[in-house]
Amino acid sequence: MRIRRPLLAVSLGLSIVTVLAACAPTQSGPAGAGGDEKTGTLRVWLFDEATRAPKEATVSEAVAEFKASHPGVEVDVQWIPVEGRADRFSGAFNDPNNAPDVAEFGNTDVAAYAKTGALADLSGDLKSWKEGADLVPSVVDTAKADGKVYGLPWFTGIRALYYRTDVFTELNLKPPATLAELADTARRIRAAKPDLYGISVGGKYTYAMLPYLWAQGGELAKQDGGKWTSSITSPEAKAGVDAYAKLIKEDICPPQQCGNFTGTQSVQAFAGGKAAMTIGGDFNRKAVEAGAAKGKYAVVPLPGAKPGSVAPAFAGGNLLGVFGASKRRGLSVEFAELLGSAKYQTKMYSAMGNLPTLASVQQQLSAQDASLKPFVDTLKAGTRFVPASPAWSRIDAQNILPTAIQQIATGEQNVDAALQGAADKMNTAFGG
Amino acid sequence: MALLAPSKPSTSDHGRRRARPSRRGDGRAAALYLAPAAILLLGVLAYPIYQLVLISVYDYGQAEAAGAAPLVFIGLHNYTDLLANSAFWTVLAKTIGFAAVCVIGSLVLGTVLAMLASRVRPWARTVLFLAALGAWATPAVAGSYIWLFLFDADFGLVNKVLSGIGFTAMEQHSWTYDTYGTFGLVALEVIWCSFPFVLVTMYAGIKAIPEEVLEAASLDGASTPRTATAIVLPMLRPVLMIATVQSIIWDFKVFTQIYVMTNGGGLAGRNLVLNVYAYQQAFAGSQYGLGAAIGVVMTLILMSITGLYVRSQKREAGLV
Repeated sequence: MRIRRPLLAVSLGLSIVTVLAACAPTQSGPAGAGGDEKTGTLRVWLFDEATRAPKEATVSEAVAEFKASHPGVEVDVQWIPVEGRADRFSGAFNDPNNAPDVAEFGNTDVAAYAKTGALADLSGDLKSWKEGADLVPSVVDTAKADGKVYGLPWFTGIRALYYRTDVFTELNLKPPATLAELADTARRIRAAKPDLYGISVGGKYTYAMLPYLWAQGGELAKQDGGKWTSSITSPEAKAGVDAYAKLIKEDICPPQQCGNFTGTQSVQAFAGGKAAMTIGGDFNRKAVEAGAAKGKYAVVPLPGAKPGSVAPAFAGGNLLGVFGASKRRGLSVEFAELLGSAKYQTKMYSAMGNLPTLASVQQQLSAQDASLKPFVDTLKAGTRFVPASPAWSRIDAQNILPTAIQQIATGEQNVDAALQGAADKMNTAFGG
Repeated sequence: MALLAPSKPSTSDHGRRRARPSRRGDGRAAALYLAPAAILLLGVLAYPIYQLVLISVYDYGQAEAAGAAPLVFIGLHNYTDLLANSAFWTVLAKTIGFAAVCVIGSLVLGTVLAMLASRVRPWARTVLFLAALGAWATPAVAGSYIWLFLFDADFGLVNKVLSGIGFTAMEQHSWTYDTYGTFGLVALEVIWCSFPFVLVTMYAGIKAIPEEVLEAASLDGASTPRTATAIVLPMLRPVLMIATVQSIIWDFKVFTQIYVMTNGGGLAGRNLVLNVYAYQQAFAGSQYGLGAAIGVVMTLILMSITGLYVRSQKREAGLV
């Protein structure tokens, strides 16, 4: 018994501690204040890509340069899959000790990430950065949450209309001048060539649907006194979504195949020679070049509702952020600035085709490379962004808009009902 | 010796304790023997469930988890939200239907094949077991993709074979478009990877039936079906119950197959099951409170389904 009593006491004590510790759900402590050490290992998270080798080569070059100018500093780059990013970033927010110093992330996630308080406010750093003034202002806006900048814009993603020049020549077609004409053209192509999708777009390709919505004058949501309300049930928004959903029909891109297409899958169908058109980004050019469509395609800005207009594109893009708990804040900012510098933006452009965020680099490159022109033109015509609210990440994760598009495309619900349902869910996410 | 030991007066520690009120001593010993398991269970089961229940009564998102926002107690709000949502009920109904098909399918297939395995020659049995274990050992993600490739609308082997043997309508048929067609395909995949467990369990059960009993039955002139229904099945009942309970729990919690094969829940979410729904609504969207509520509801449903099943089986067997 003398041996056993402590055992019992220990187990009793353990359970009491367990119960006491659990009076409320566990929270990790607030992230530490961080530090500004000048040596050690800098942990960097970058997104993995379908074709990572060129990105990795460019980044390795930057790492070598950084290490040469910063003795005693190691840079540990980890490649994060885009699909699994939510889990990795949640982990980093919950456990600051395992968080990276520098991380790449999409600008649509900024508001949600900023809310966790894990990211460092880089407003001041960008102001004092000598190349900071050259950043395109509308791009910097997409890196803001509540007026503070949480990331250095690394590259911009702008989508435009890809089309097959050989198919258009053969059928004697011209690139469409309006969105309505686009649908007609797509229908004529599929009628003449039933093996091809008139245009490959999909139910899960939100960023192809948004230009339709914006071109008709619609809005995703409106902000009033800090509170967001969905406005996708307005007549303009309805017209836009309806026009997009009509592309996912038997006579253009059948719902059986295209209903669940994501952006990547839509572009893959085009690259593989299965579609006569698609909506693709500047960042998709390498993928298209690698496919059957190589040398047989051209790109124009996606037309708007009226002839001569350009449908407002979604201002996508990736940022380089610094974690607030980083023990090497100064080094982190310097490394982000190196990757975001004119030199490496140019290199990233040749490696990946990513549209730079520095105005001077954009101008210089589009003067040299005609293939960049449609994207720069689209950018100049004015871009739009998703609601800068933490709720957007949730709306995105819950597939609210794709569900509505798919309900309309499959005929499961009409436009009014589908969008009303989506608007209700959006408002719930906004906290309405 | 052992039989005599209790009656002998003994001077050992063991014997002295026996002299005390024996119930208490036994209880303490039992508690001590159970303590390691109890501590382990407390740590890995009770504590997480406790946390799950706690989180479900808070507004608990990413900011709260990271400690950047204060915790707000919201009582049963997550539950009322969930239960008031018609989508939840639709998904729940589909989940139950889907799980029922998978459970019945894998039980029937597994049991039939187990009976077959107990009768065929050793080499045939080996082949059968190798095939079944291959399916069992295939990781869920890999298995799902293999099935998707097989049933691909354009390049899939199944459509090629079907259209090749005259079913031309099956050319370019999309197996993952129609709601029930998609559920059917995923159910087939789930049955394919879960029947081996039933097969192995039932085979072991069949092998454990004493030869004498079967011999006696055949001497009494019982036909094969009569032997199967009156002798083999009743003797298999405990094993069958384990296989059924396991299958119910597994198939109710299917995630990977649905997530992979229907691209995250099918068109407009028509192929969502509860687990994928919870992931999409709660975890991907960082609403951990709501996700925890779904988890609690799922646990309760599973516990009541299996509890009812076990009780009904025991009653039938005359154990209660």
